[in-house]
Amino acid sequence: MKKLINAPEDVVREELEGLALAHAGMVRVSLDPYMVVRADAPVLGKVALVSGGGSGHEPMHGGFVGAGMLDAACPGEVFTSPTPDQILAATKAVDGGAGVLHIVKNYTGDILNFEMAAELAREEGIEVEAVVVADDVAVRDSLYTAGRRGVGATVLAEKLCGAAAAEGRPLKEVADVCRHVNDFARSMGMALTSCVTPSAGRPTFDLGEDEMEIGIGIHGEPGRERMKVAPADDIVALLAGPVVEDLPFRAGDSVLAFVNGLGGTPLIELYIVYRELHRFLAGRGILVGRNLVGSYITSLEMAGCSITLLKLDDELARLWDAPVVTPGLRWGA
Amino acid sequence: MTDSAADVARWARAFQAEIAEHRDRLTELDAAIGDADHGTNMDRGMRAVVAKLDATPAGDDIGALLKTVGMTLVSTVGGASGPLYGTVFLRMATATAGRSELDGDGWAAALDAGVEGVQARGKAVLGDKTMVDALVPAAAAFRHAVESGATAGEAWHAAAVAARAGVKATVPMVARKGRASYLGERSAGHQDPGATSSYLLVHCGAEQLGGQAHSGAVRT
Repeated sequence: MKKLINAPEDVVREELEGLALAHAGMVRVSLDPYMVVRADAPVLGKVALVSGGGSGHEPMHGGFVGAGMLDAACPGEVFTSPTPDQILAATKAVDGGAGVLHIVKNYTGDILNFEMAAELAREEGIEVEAVVVADDVAVRDSLYTAGRRGVGATVLAEKLCGAAAAEGRPLKEVADVCRHVNDFARSMGMALTSCVTPSAGRPTFDLGEDEMEIGIGIHGEPGRERMKVAPADDIVALLAGPVVEDLPFRAGDSVLAFVNGLGGTPLIELYIVYRELHRFLAGRGILVGRNLVGSYITSLEMAGCSITLLKLDDELARLWDAPVVTPGLRWGA
Repeated sequence: MTDSAADVARWARAFQAEIAEHRDRLTELDAAIGDADHGTNMDRGMRAVVAKLDATPAGDDIGALLKTVGMTLVSTVGGASGPLYGTVFLRMATATAGRSELDGDGWAAALDAGVEGVQARGKAVLGDKTMVDALVPAAAAFRHAVESGATAGEAWHAAAVAARAGVKATVPMVARKGRASYLGERSAGHQDPGATSSYLLVHCGAEQLGGQAHSGAVRT
């Protein structure tokens, strides 16, 4: 497969070098170990937010480092978790004395590496809390699986917790915001095409020219169902239906509606999806209080989208509107 | 026969060679039920371990050597395998700290510690279709052999036989941990890649430890 890269083994390093050059005012980048750190870190007296995961989901997480969002991101190799020594280094680099929140997506590798890092950081006297985000309704949550995957709600949690931390709130309260987001957000995605990891150089999964995968994961994990491609409006119903039923979101609820592109879908199509999502929700008496449309948590060049809904209250709406200055998300400043 | 730190280093190097040889096979197994990187990640990690061993002056302390292996795996493998394999070696390191020789009893204690550690880290039990399905039977067989009066070499051989049976037993299992668990019933019919690499580790122990290197390797 054609890719705009130099060599597969250089992809993550070269991306980080580019990010550093493009956004020198917002972030500092370390190449050994890999980390993206807020330019003015550590911010004394502020709870610091650290997230991370495999690369390939840009702008998440490195693009969300900056004022009002993350203090550091730890990128692993493509679709591979970062390592504990790397997460520890980031945790130490941003600790401003008020403790550090680890925002972890629910994947076994991410959880194990962040757990080990948190143990090491605590041994060095840093207060660390970790919250796991698990919002993908495509996965049946059961004792017999690794549980729901962390997807779109992660972006929202990072923004909202970043705002709470910027207000000077203590670690426990910032962690509570994250837990609240996880409790009240649900997501589901779909793919029109597979992603292609640079090292493999071929599609992660085979999908026919006329097929789509409903419930896809952000690493190309299989979803609930494979079916014939349908019009955008039908796809919205296939995604938003299970999302609404799961929480459930009810008539009278106000939501943040997040239509996310998976990397290979143009904005023109995402707005077509948003148009129908808005109509779909209105038909159920659900009010869209805030929205986000764009490609924020991606799966390399996968074509497709995900829909995330978060039940809003005044407090979350206020945190959402607070200023944010990062490479990937910027407003109010 | 007891094993020295030099024997343990040879075990690590043999494991690296075995992982390198089976790298593509491990990645293929992972492609079927995971994310197709187990061979690549383990190969990268074990190459780093050997580089670290080459660069570190050889000492007598088996615990220190196992700690070097564990820390290197933790910082280079990534994914779930890094912390899991790292924990196996770090717990064995704690159990053997300051020891310059290990006999059958010493190895039995070290293996038990490593296996308990990996279960605590990954929260997997027998039958979840993970590396635990190779390592738990291996440690149990090792201890049983030693307690029945076998030599350390015989115990390693018994452990390798048990680990291999454990790997085969993962084929029909439905995964309940890790990325494979998302597949549910579709994970059945595939051999678990983590159990497979764990078997290779025990197999290398049977070839290199318990005096095997002196009396000729046992093929398992």
